Amino acid sequence: MSPRAYDVIIVGAGIVGAACAAECAKEGMRVAVVESSCVGGGATAAGMGHIVVMDDSDAQFALTRYSQCLWDQLADDLPPECEFRRYGTIWIATDEEELDHLRRKEQFYRERHVPVEFLDERALAEAEPNLREGLRGGLLVPNDSVVYPPCAARFLLERARDRGAVIFVGRPVARLDEQGVTLRDGSFLPAGAIINATGTWAPELMPGLAIKKRKGHLAITDRYPGFVRHQLVEVGYLKSAHAHEASSIAFNIQPRPTGQLLIGSSRQYDVESSDVSHAVLARMLARACAYLPRLAELSIIRTWTGFRAATPDNLPLIGPLPGHEHLYLATGHEGLGITTSLGTAKLLIAHLLKRPPAIPPEPYLPSRMESLTCVKSSL
Amino acid sequence: MREVVTLTINHTRVEVPAGTTVLVALLANGIMAVRRSVSGEPRGPLCGIGVCFECRVTINDRPHCQSCQVLCEDGMDVRTE
Repeated sequence: MSPRAYDVIIVGAGIVGAACAAECAKEGMRVAVVESSCVGGGATAAGMGHIVVMDDSDAQFALTRYSQCLWDQLADDLPPECEFRRYGTIWIATDEEELDHLRRKEQFYRERHVPVEFLDERALAEAEPNLREGLRGGLLVPNDSVVYPPCAARFLLERARDRGAVIFVGRPVARLDEQGVTLRDGSFLPAGAIINATGTWAPELMPGLAIKKRKGHLAITDRYPGFVRHQLVEVGYLKSAHAHEASSIAFNIQPRPTGQLLIGSSRQYDVESSDVSHAVLARMLARACAYLPRLAELSIIRTWTGFRAATPDNLPLIGPLPGHEHLYLATGHEGLGITTSLGTAKLLIAHLLKRPPAIPPEPYLPSRMESLTCVKSSL
Repeated sequence: MREVVTLTINHTRVEVPAGTTVLVALLANGIMAVRRSVSGEPRGPLCGIGVCFECRVTINDRPHCQSCQVLCEDGMDVRTE
């Protein structure tokens, strides 16, 4: 145990910081969480809350699958406002090339014992009657789920608080170093370990960190219960997620328990303004209507944007900051932070307590790429 | 233009003067609460000018139509919650 006031300070009370706080407090550590604005107010509030197993790399699979199992274990404890539902995902193919892609995806999941069901054109139409005719097929991943992220973050933070964590909300951090965290009001919180879980803001506290803001748009409709029944995503989604061009669009729609529909998705680098771009929104909605023609008759009641914390290799930064004994990172989750928050917290605890982690931690170590973390040694 | 149009409100035939909005037809037939909030509370019109979205009803199977912004038509099927 450290002689300092806190064993660990977590900067950032988004879903990742909240999950880390709950995990550290559960281990009996003296925990403080410092949040500059409100709980779950960044990417956590902006995102869809799709808990999804991904197949873009073995590392991404391992973390998303592990995290999904953790969500499943947590599901019974989540209060109703977290709106956890196991709707399942259907990945959709529109042509022969995408059908091949879908078959590879099916094989990938089957080899790793993830339950999947291939839907031919007819089965897809039965599963989702509002999809247009002529789609080639779908891959149902029934165990994928959805959650309302800001409430999930609050729930995790309350768990931490119940186990003694101290939460500072509305307290911006001026700087952090190996000794602790200095708040903008001048107060100093000494800690044995400091976790930077501030998402896209992480480089402000650790200049040089290779995190880029990746803007996204979302729209939500009025209530139309049953219009879609699963989270529907085009199988080419990863082409958009991994594209390095300035902007990309992919069809992604989610039913909410209220009957509302959450419509995405867009990805843009090098945009600082959080304003809704009508041009991007129009492309995104046109894409969605190309899959669900009757969507055009429904009313959208709200649109907004958010920023994902993107890394050059599409994997998060979880673990010690190279060259620093007491500083840790938990950021760079791009569009998967809700899913992978719980696995991230488990990996970090393994680092902090020098325990063997449940999955290999190497792919997410900040040290994997020197250029990722050329942070000033003055920290 | 005809003097009177005939529509159904919750399966009941009603007649209103041509040019009447659906909202006025509802109020004239004693319906104040036209829909339910997400938590199940009854809701009714507030502004009557297309701003508050409280007067939404299902018209010809299309949900969430602002009844204050739609004129009654012959054969129209209006449903409230």
